[in-house]
Amino acid sequence: MSNPELRQRPRLAVIKFASCDGCQLSILNLEDDLLALGQALDIAYFPEASSAMNAGPYDIALVEGSITTAEDAHRILNVRQQAKVLITIGACATAGGIQALRNWGDIEAFKQAVYPRPDYIQSLSTSTPISEHVHVDFELWGCPIEKGQLLRVITDLVAGVQLHLPADSVCLECKRRGNVCVVVAKGMPCLGPVTRTGCGAICPAMGRDCYGCFGPSEGARKGPGLPPNTASLARHFHEGLHLIPVEVLRRFRGINGAVDPFRNESTVWENKG
Amino acid sequence: MTSGMRGALPTASLQRLLDALSAKGYRMVGPIVRDGSVVWETVQSVSDLPIGWRDQQEPGRYRLEQTGSPEIFGVVHGPQSLKPFVFAPREPLLQIERSKDGFATRPTLPQSEKVAVIGARACDLAGLATQDQIFLNGAYRDPYYAARREGLFLVAVNCTRALNTCFCASMETGPRAKHGFDLALTELDDQLLIEAGSEAGRDLLSNLCLSRGSEQLSAEAATRVDACAQSQVRRLDHSDLPQALYDAHEHPRWDEVASRCLACTNCTMVCPTCFCHTVEETPDLSHQHTTHARLWDSCFTQEHGYIHGKNIRPTIKDRYRMWLTHKLASWIDQFGASGCVGCGRCITWCPVGIDLTEELPALLTPSEQQSTTSRRPEAAGG
Repeated sequence: MSNPELRQRPRLAVIKFASCDGCQLSILNLEDDLLALGQALDIAYFPEASSAMNAGPYDIALVEGSITTAEDAHRILNVRQQAKVLITIGACATAGGIQALRNWGDIEAFKQAVYPRPDYIQSLSTSTPISEHVHVDFELWGCPIEKGQLLRVITDLVAGVQLHLPADSVCLECKRRGNVCVVVAKGMPCLGPVTRTGCGAICPAMGRDCYGCFGPSEGARKGPGLPPNTASLARHFHEGLHLIPVEVLRRFRGINGAVDPFRNESTVWENKG
Repeated sequence: MTSGMRGALPTASLQRLLDALSAKGYRMVGPIVRDGSVVWETVQSVSDLPIGWRDQQEPGRYRLEQTGSPEIFGVVHGPQSLKPFVFAPREPLLQIERSKDGFATRPTLPQSEKVAVIGARACDLAGLATQDQIFLNGAYRDPYYAARREGLFLVAVNCTRALNTCFCASMETGPRAKHGFDLALTELDDQLLIEAGSEAGRDLLSNLCLSRGSEQLSAEAATRVDACAQSQVRRLDHSDLPQALYDAHEHPRWDEVASRCLACTNCTMVCPTCFCHTVEETPDLSHQHTTHARLWDSCFTQEHGYIHGKNIRPTIKDRYRMWLTHKLASWIDQFGASGCVGCGRCITWCPVGIDLTEELPALLTPSEQQSTTSRRPEAAGG
């Protein structure tokens, strides 16, 4: 068992790719726990928090954001070389993020429509998760990540414990909290039954439907188990709750739309509509 | 059965009962309307109860409607049974501190609190009796459960209206509360017939100085409860269980139901008798302290079937089969009675409306067809 007092504190880097910085803000929002984190780790590189940016190598690299430029596709290789343990934080780094909707669109048309000088923009036609470029040791889901999960992963890493987070459905947490099911009582197209727990079921607790920001409950790239039964839920959205096919498609093609179980389901409904 | 002391109270005077409970030091909990259903919450006054509301339940659908009537107990039930009162959804069991030469544990037993639950149904009482059997009556009496259970005062309501999803009559658990209550009410037009079922209940009733319930009122109550039983449209024929379900282990219907099942865990969470739980450690960053907590778990999660080195229930089919077979068949071998009390919550609160009263007969109907995916060798043993 490692004892932080007997050896050097692990060096932490927090590195950003294409993202909104919300997951990095989740680290800063740790408040009191941030002080404990600063004692347990040497925060060597975290530009969002400090202008003291120390070079690698790092024991732990937390990577936020997806790969959307050729430059970043190169930069992530260097990050991997500098990091003993690489952990993705959030939907962008883990799944490609909301910007992966471009994977179904025409990037040249977007540039022409948005920018006065489209030729200034150098961007790939796809947004891809970190794991499509380098080996990832652990993935934290969510948009943004849940700070308790982040703290848990770092606590376990420092202790040398195998990393593990539950992959149950949001429904389990909803019922533990005593939420009333929004699908059954309100007819809302909630993705909770096929979405990974971790958020604390906050959307249904506020009377709205889950939109899947923690990704598929099981069977995602790095998770164990088989894919969740998106087909049955989608069928219920259409036949039971009367969503038209394009609405069913949009439920699944959101923040984690590029992850296999959700992508495959959205494709099924694209072909129906 | 306890010989019942009986009395009648005008419905408009129910507050007297609540005041009497309050005077005895009970926190009162009753169904209150929230988010399109009812949930258990602290109540102070009769006006907190869902007066005039009725619930309509069907597979995968729950709706409340306001009828405008003065009826107090028109809502049969919401998603919660009595389970959360005794088997807490998430509860710390131990605080563990690292010490110089090891570690020290400190149990975090809950304070026993006097709680009066107003409006438990017969199916809820049957579910609670099952939980008692699991947590209290075996060799391993659970002190956390016991502390919560000890302070409960149960005011049952005999059902005079059956939901579309109810089948307690066929499970012989309702609609009349037979035992396990302190008081049982039957709501008639403008009268509540009240029966005591325990010493504490008799004590409370004698303090209330009620008028004696007339024979006519008792007969009227019996008629209404019987009519409720008669009106139930669902039933579960369990006469051939457990063996018939064991024999259906390779039935193709398991594949069919698995194509609909989301493995979302809702049926097990709302089930009054499901008792599966997991424990989790939450250490702090300094590794000096950890909280050891118990959480509701479900046989529908992939980790539930994980044993050293492999998952014995990798597919949704494995999990649904495990759940239904345990609930309706092996529960009988294990505990001497069915694990189903006929409340119908698993039917209503399944997002896609899977109905065990439809699945069981389908599974017990012999099929010509072999199971389309024969049992996987690694799934054996479940």
